[in-house]
Amino acid sequence: MEFLEKVGPYIPRFYSAFWVTLTVAGFALVLATLIGIIVGLITSAKGKSWWLRILKFISYAYIEVIRGTPMLVQILIIYFGIGQILRPIGFTWSAYGGMTTAGIVVVAINAGAYMSEIVRAGIESIDPGQVEAARSLGLTYWKTMKKVILPQAIRTMLPSIINQFIISIKDTSLLSAIGLAELTNISKQAASNLSSQVMAIYCFVALWYFVICFTLSRIAKYLEKRMTYGR
Amino acid sequence: MADKVIVKNLRKSFGDNEVLKDMSVTIAEGEVVCLIGPSGSGKSTFLRCLNRLEDITAGQVIVDGFEISDQSIDINKVRENIGMVFQHFNLFPHMTVKENIMLAPTELKKMSKADASLKADELLARVGISDKADAYPAQLSGGQKQRVAIARALAMNPDIMLFDEPTSALDPEMVGEVLEVMQELARGGMTMVVVTHEMGFAREVGDRVIFMDGGYIVEQGKPVDVINNPQEPRTIDFLNKVL
Repeated sequence: MEFLEKVGPYIPRFYSAFWVTLTVAGFALVLATLIGIIVGLITSAKGKSWWLRILKFISYAYIEVIRGTPMLVQILIIYFGIGQILRPIGFTWSAYGGMTTAGIVVVAINAGAYMSEIVRAGIESIDPGQVEAARSLGLTYWKTMKKVILPQAIRTMLPSIINQFIISIKDTSLLSAIGLAELTNISKQAASNLSSQVMAIYCFVALWYFVICFTLSRIAKYLEKRMTYGR
Repeated sequence: MADKVIVKNLRKSFGDNEVLKDMSVTIAEGEVVCLIGPSGSGKSTFLRCLNRLEDITAGQVIVDGFEISDQSIDINKVRENIGMVFQHFNLFPHMTVKENIMLAPTELKKMSKADASLKADELLARVGISDKADAYPAQLSGGQKQRVAIARALAMNPDIMLFDEPTSALDPEMVGEVLEVMQELARGGMTMVVVTHEMGFAREVGDRVIFMDGGYIVEQGKPVDVINNPQEPRTIDFLNKVL
């Protein structure tokens, strides 16, 4: 196997790049889920108070700005733009984990916007009678969401959430643009050094992504099947 | 007997549409009041104002000594004492029957898990479905669902029970089992406000019948008087249609 012979020396780098990709995606998606739940609760909340209106305005502004701009541009703005603007007050990305942290932040903010809409749609898909029943028992709004609405909404939301996870995992490849040593970046470096193996190298890296994403979608199917509640 | 519910000049609007126009009612402890009337008459809205599932536009509503029309009151505390049963049951589909019943007592720290479990068993026996404790709502018939819903509402030991057309979504053969449970509750001295189309139930179990139309109380009194011998033309017209 000529391929293995030539690419062999790169395997440890692929392996560490695989962990960079997985770490960035993992942390980012946990954060994105939290953002999604918080923003989704805000945008789905009903009420006329002034503070809710302000929160809703901010939430929708965030969602629309993120959805309306390319992720690559968001990466450049957050890494280079924020880095430059905040330099006068002594902030540098490198003091906070460098490109890895910046990557986590961008992917979290980006996926968070889409997750927010998934959570909102999930909450709104639940019969309003469920909220009424819980509230009539004396449960607070938050307890109602935590115990009654979100556990039911998660079932409807799960396919969309996993879909977003998969998209975001693949989106981490865009972080190669700022030089993060993740899978795509490493494969580009390997390919430029071993120009005879370009096809093999890129297919090889595609396989790594596929393994991660396919595993995830299998887990999702399993979870979906388990949440049937006697139906 | 003490007054459990005092409603003074209650008004409720949805936008420009005024659904309740100056309602005043007093309900005594242990009284069973049946609200009847055509759809759109405001009877469900009135019921939902009693635990503030609907915001109160104007007027005063005092339940159990708490003025719930006052925005600053802790409505959740008051609701613990007001059970509500809905037309479409609204059971929590992701929980078993027993978990449905135990949710409020345990979440609101009124009982330990063990006590709540005992209470749930006792309530399930009372509504006659002990064997379904571990079933999910989707596995129950309509009548069974509504009996679970009643048990769930009773789990917090409420002083007042509100019923919003509890048998309207049931197949005819299941209406009886639910009404039986309600009748049993009434015999036990529960204060009950029931929006219903079951004239038989209103006549047999009700202490008072209130006929509503167009956001007003048109006529009220003892069930035999209102149902058998209505005075107002609108009541006569309505009863002619449903009886």
